[in-house]
Amino acid sequence: MDFDLSEEQTMLKDSVERLLKDQYGFEARSKHGTGEAGYSDKMWNQYAELGLLALPFAEEDGGIGGGATETMIVMEAFGGALILEPFFASIILAGGVLRHAGNADQKAALIPAMAEGSLKMAFACAEPQGRYDLYDVETTATKDGDGWVINGKKALVLHGDSADKLIVSARTAGNARDEDGISLFIIDADAEGVTRNGYPTQDGLRAAEITLQSVKVGPDALIGSEGEAWPVISRVADEAIAALCAEAVGCFEKMHELTLEYLKTRSQFGTTIGSFQALQHRAVDMFVELEQSRSMTMYASMLATGDDAVERARAVSAAKAQIGESAKVIGREAVQLHGGVGMTMEYAIGHYFKRTTMLDILFGDANHHLKRLAQLDGLIREDS
Amino acid sequence: MDLRFTEDELAFRDEVRSFFRQALPASIRDNIVAGRHTSKEELVTWTRILHDKGWAVPHWPVEHGGTGWSPVKQYIYLEEMSQAPAPAPLAFGVNMVGPVIYTFGNEAQKSRFLPRIATLEDWWCQGFSEPGSGSDLASLKTRAVRDGDHYVVNGQKTWTTLAQHADWIFCLVRTDPDARKQAGISFLLIDMKTPGITVRPIQTIDGGKEVNEVFFDDVRVPVENLVGEENKGWNYAKFLLGNERVNIARVGVSKERIRRIKELAALQRVGGERMIDQPEFREKVAAVEVRLKALEMTQLRVLAGEAKREKGTQDPASSILKIKGSEIQQATTELLMDVVGPYAMPYQSEEAIDGRNEPDIGPDWASTIAPAYFNTRKVSIYGGSNEIQKNIIAKAILGL
Repeated sequence: MDFDLSEEQTMLKDSVERLLKDQYGFEARSKHGTGEAGYSDKMWNQYAELGLLALPFAEEDGGIGGGATETMIVMEAFGGALILEPFFASIILAGGVLRHAGNADQKAALIPAMAEGSLKMAFACAEPQGRYDLYDVETTATKDGDGWVINGKKALVLHGDSADKLIVSARTAGNARDEDGISLFIIDADAEGVTRNGYPTQDGLRAAEITLQSVKVGPDALIGSEGEAWPVISRVADEAIAALCAEAVGCFEKMHELTLEYLKTRSQFGTTIGSFQALQHRAVDMFVELEQSRSMTMYASMLATGDDAVERARAVSAAKAQIGESAKVIGREAVQLHGGVGMTMEYAIGHYFKRTTMLDILFGDANHHLKRLAQLDGLIREDS
Repeated sequence: MDLRFTEDELAFRDEVRSFFRQALPASIRDNIVAGRHTSKEELVTWTRILHDKGWAVPHWPVEHGGTGWSPVKQYIYLEEMSQAPAPAPLAFGVNMVGPVIYTFGNEAQKSRFLPRIATLEDWWCQGFSEPGSGSDLASLKTRAVRDGDHYVVNGQKTWTTLAQHADWIFCLVRTDPDARKQAGISFLLIDMKTPGITVRPIQTIDGGKEVNEVFFDDVRVPVENLVGEENKGWNYAKFLLGNERVNIARVGVSKERIRRIKELAALQRVGGERMIDQPEFREKVAAVEVRLKALEMTQLRVLAGEAKREKGTQDPASSILKIKGSEIQQATTELLMDVVGPYAMPYQSEEAIDGRNEPDIGPDWASTIAPAYFNTRKVSIYGGSNEIQKNIIAKAILGL
């Protein structure tokens, strides 16, 4: 048992944090978000220069070969700065699909470009009717010569509006909610028949509703085996959940820090409000949730890359349920302890509250994951 | 970072688990599973078994009978013990006064008391709280006045757990009434057979009699029973309370209880189906399991860090173990109440059940559940109430 970071991991953490401290303060963030894409290409290039965009990819594919701990470090730092760039959407999600299911040609064509920052991808895995069930796929891909024709609607595609290419889940066999019969395809985001309706999300990031109307793709667009994409999707989703948990911990840490600063400086009734016991105990509740979330994020990061799909699912669902609950406690306490200014766009705290509320929703909220964990007989069983 | 147990730790866990399986008397185990109290005789028997194995006081220094295990191995040992489930060794001896004696006591005290703590030949109880001194412990009033080779002790202690069995009591007493309140306190070891000591049981809301009041009326205590220096007792008390966090989270106890909840919920039928098959019930249990896993990981973080920390400093995360651990223990007793339903109602004390031949009213596992629910309210009160814990965190960690 060892909770320490290696020397390389500590260096990674320091360098990401330094970059964000210098260039991603709260005011800088507002500027980064004003461009058309809703984020900063300049920052994106700096992430590339630092090697962050290459981090999770294998060395033989043009990456750096980082593991779950490296992802956790970077996502936590990104959470602390509330970054707007599509690291999660492109590198973790779409990159995850390529890592786990891409063939040699696909990897060679895409990963080096992603790692150097010139190619952004998005993962269109959810549908309007599916809520959090990623196997609920009504989009179809039907054989057309040696390629396919894809028709359907994809929902809440994170950064789908600015991506160069999309990875799309579509049904090649079976019924709408079957796990079997789902396939994954790479398509150009501006291919004929693709309509992208981009919009801002509550937290200042971007997503898109995407309609696919008779989109034609060739045989080389298929990722992995036809009809057998579900294990890939669920694996990528589990790893993504661990990454989201880490981002949330980065947010929580900052929310706790900002709230403490406020309690120590805001004066009422002739004294700092942090001297009031009722408020102290609420600040402690935030601290407890932060530490519990950190613990569960470590747990999820450790198990999310395992090969046992059931054990993986239990661990990430438990972690996501914890994060979702903590997001509610920390969010409401942070705003409450800030009082009126916590309600304003001018203060950072509300932006963190909004992001962590969205983090609860992304890839399944606390209720969803508690149900999933309960269906899998929980964490404590006769055999555990 | 690698949060898995090492091969060596896993082998150790198997060794401990199989020893407990083989060495723990079935009657003692069954009593715990049924939620009944462990008797004095049972605890003595079990302590002697551990002692013969060399495992009665694993966390003590090796020269006093400890094992030299790493913090992680000590944790594994306690976890396996609570999930066996076996009774925990008497905390007042092995976790509280023992470490105070080997850290601050003189050689005579070490050789006189430590071996008898490890074998439970001496049953110790704790004389800290007083009727007027609960959370504000340092306001205690029990007086000890020097008279030749003795201290003469007068006053009253309360909430003294299992004092009815005790051979010895360790007490905080006021030796300098004029000093600042923390500065005038001493740490005395008192033989319970000394004339002038009266023990009166306090019945708790579960019907049990595990706590007592202890009265001291001109009790003469030899000065050789003073630990460390006179008027320095508060320091030793703080040290003692700091050691309590070793297993304060009670992760193993709560795990065992969740297994029991699932087992019993498989026996109960609600609306024609097994309670364990009802999604709402499963989700309620899963929610507690999530909190418990987070607590377990936090506990392991604290333990892994302990070896590297400067002596006397504390990992900030450790302070949350008491708060979350007690909340989760209480949540498990709430789930048990859910499971048992209406047959939580009949009051059948352990004595009444032992003394009659007729079967229990309701299922034979039901009678201990409401008492456990009532009794478990104590865990967020004792050892520094959760509100006191929050005050400590606010001050020491958050700097408020």
